[in-house]
Amino acid sequence: MKLTRHQKEKLLTVFTTFFKIGLFTFGGGYAMIPLIEYEIVERHHWIESKDILDIFAIAEATPGVIAVNTATFVGYKVAGFWGSLLATLGVVIPSLTIISLIALFFQEFQSLEWVGYAFKGVRAGVVVLILGAVVKMAQKGEYTPLTVLILILTFGLASFTDINIIYLLLGGAVTGLIYQLGLNRKTLNSKKNEEDK
Amino acid sequence: MYLDLFITFFKIGLFTIGGGYAMIPLIQQEVVAHGWLTLLELTDFIAVAESTPGPFAVNIATFVGMEMGGLPGALLTTTAVVLPSFIIILFIAKVFTNFQQNKWVQGTLYGMRPVVIGLIAAAVWLLMSTGFIGEGVEIHSVGDFFAALQYLEIIIFVIGSFVYFRFKLHPIKLILISAALGMLFFGVLPMFF
Repeated sequence: MKLTRHQKEKLLTVFTTFFKIGLFTFGGGYAMIPLIEYEIVERHHWIESKDILDIFAIAEATPGVIAVNTATFVGYKVAGFWGSLLATLGVVIPSLTIISLIALFFQEFQSLEWVGYAFKGVRAGVVVLILGAVVKMAQKGEYTPLTVLILILTFGLASFTDINIIYLLLGGAVTGLIYQLGLNRKTLNSKKNEEDK
Repeated sequence: MYLDLFITFFKIGLFTIGGGYAMIPLIQQEVVAHGWLTLLELTDFIAVAESTPGPFAVNIATFVGMEMGGLPGALLTTTAVVLPSFIIILFIAKVFTNFQQNKWVQGTLYGMRPVVIGLIAAAVWLLMSTGFIGEGVEIHSVGDFFAALQYLEIIIFVIGSFVYFRFKLHPIKLILISAALGMLFFGVLPMFF
């Protein structure tokens, strides 16, 4: 496969962007959302803000490691197969390197108090980041009584029960489908030939 | 043994749905049953994984691979845990581009979008309630509640929020600043007080 210079540059940027995301994502899948939002949507404008939410939804509802799912999906959207491969490598390589080093010096690492202090701070910082991501996404959401109800129910169930989030995503998907089905019937009854919106 | 490592982590990668810490029981079952790590070693590592960057599943895969077979082992387990995600998502991404405008797909996503926002909001709540209130403290009164609050963490959160939202910082800068504040508050200040 022959790549133009522009494509090569784009692929390199995909790799470095996800490398950064892999390196600075502390505390699991959700913590990478603000970084992706910032780098992919706001900085490089590779994906629109409303599409990124769909990608997060699919990445979370699909089996596999959420961070890798998201990286593969975004990479593919931005630059096809090679994009997905480089995004995945980018997000994994920092982990692979750091953990390999830690495995060699596991005992020593555990006793580094200053690392511990830094990470107590980072944990508080990550809360700020994720809060920022919620605010940003909430601003762009479409609000109907149905979506607001789903949002509140999800928040409540995920915060105060041990329910597996996959059921919440499935519930949302089924509700959305039924709603679409009902909407469809209504439009069919009223205006038969009008185009689907 | 290499084949066993590969299959096990492929399985972990494949059956992790919903991600994050939902997969710990599965990892525990597999890794401990194979005798690759003891339960205590695993618990220690989970603590370490929390303070290192990167997806948890990848971290634990690399760690077990490294312990069992050095660098080749780590490469093998990491590839194994990532492969199911990569294949499945590649397939979905290909199909999705064609069906994105399909009204059933749109209907499904219409219901799933608010779930994602709700889940992220719940993640904030969970991080706040576990991070800002002392662990294992029984709260019976308002006084107990205030005594259990982790003031230093809350101060870092407030400073972080202010600079992040006010100056629209890059997320990475915020992480570095909060790391510095952590060292200042938990390391430097106790030397003087």
